[in-house]
Amino acid sequence: MIVAQRKSIPELIDILKGHKKILMLGCGTCVTVCLAGGEREVSINASALRIASRLKNLSFEVEELTIERQCDNIFIEKAAEAINRNDVVLSFGCGAGVQAIAERYNKPVYAGLDTEFIGILEERATWTEKCIACGKCVLHEYGGICPITRCAKHMLNGPCGGSREDRCEVRADRPCAWQLIYQRLKDIGELERLKTVKAPKNWNTSIHGGSRVIIREDHRI
Amino acid sequence: MSNESFEPLLIAFCCQYCSYSAADLAGSMRLQYPTNVRIVRTPCTGRLEVEFFMKAFEKGADGILVAGCLEGGCHFTEGNLLAKGRVGYTQKFLSECGLEAQRIRMINISAAQARPLVDHINDMLATLKSIGPSPLKRVNQPKNAEMNV
Ligand code: SF4
Ligand code: SF4
Repeated sequence: MIVAQRKSIPELIDILKGHKKILMLGCGTCVTVCLAGGEREVSINASALRIASRLKNLSFEVEELTIERQCDNIFIEKAAEAINRNDVVLSFGCGAGVQAIAERYNKPVYAGLDTEFIGILEERATWTEKCIACGKCVLHEYGGICPITRCAKHMLNGPCGGSREDRCEVRADRPCAWQLIYQRLKDIGELERLKTVKAPKNWNTSIHGGSRVIIREDHRI
Repeated sequence: MSNESFEPLLIAFCCQYCSYSAADLAGSMRLQYPTNVRIVRTPCTGRLEVEFFMKAFEKGADGILVAGCLEGGCHFTEGNLLAKGRVGYTQKFLSECGLEAQRIRMINISAAQARPLVDHINDMLATLKSIGPSPLKRVNQPKNAEMNV
């Protein structure tokens, strides 16, 4: 899922200042699960913005709405009336959701969250990054542990030699991905894979090749 | 309003398994506590959400006391620990929007601790008196937001 975090109230005020009728639009999918942009967070942040507005004389009028998914037309349509009756949308979706709304309405649409990464809920209230969407997945080579995302130096032929115990030398609070890769390949009996040196990756399939599009001709009519 | 004449409106969310019973016991023991505290019985402090607290402040509460069971003694195992986190999170929001973080406080009380509950209520009221009324009572009050108590 996509993992996001909240912006502070002063940041939101800075983004919204000068506007009056604000729709705070939550998303019921990824950002709900990571406790950043669902109905509950919209309610909390809307209350906070209304309180701040009254204390600082900002005359914000904040309406709240959360739709199932902000990156999908069918659901976006459900917000049409609310979007139309407000001057500006403060989206609590991920960056994709914000842009999906902005492309469809001729009014300011702002990001209310910081979108962080593609990841998983590792343990209670802890999310970790797992994939940078490189466009050509090589997980089969590495026992299911992504060196591009989880090794700070994105090494395809690791380790770098700097790890301390099982910790990454760049971030001591994170495990060395290459330690994990080695252990995992050993556990599943595939250590042999490390004997082949991997060729440099073609980054054209990733964001470095420009913004990507996927068209499925078989599904087009 | 001068702080001397100011009687704060305190909302006390009390868990039915501990502090609500303690409040009941305080009554049976004829312990006095001020009338400006409004006790709201909750099935567990873990039922309380950050948005409940924010709404109460939005509507003009001066302070909120969240009274749960002693740590380790929650009827639902960890409801009071969840509440503790939510109270802390609310404090962060209050500071960011310009209200004092001390306006909300979590305490842990057992059903037998009538006296400590009354002491906590009085202490919270003293804190609220010293920081003064919620500025939201005075400014730009939307028409539908009066606190009806
Ligand atoms: S190899 Fe690429 S697609 Fe596969 S997990 Fe890593 S970043 Fe994601
Ligand atoms: S210590 Fe491990 S994870 Fe960190 S940069 Fe080196 S190989 Fe990568």
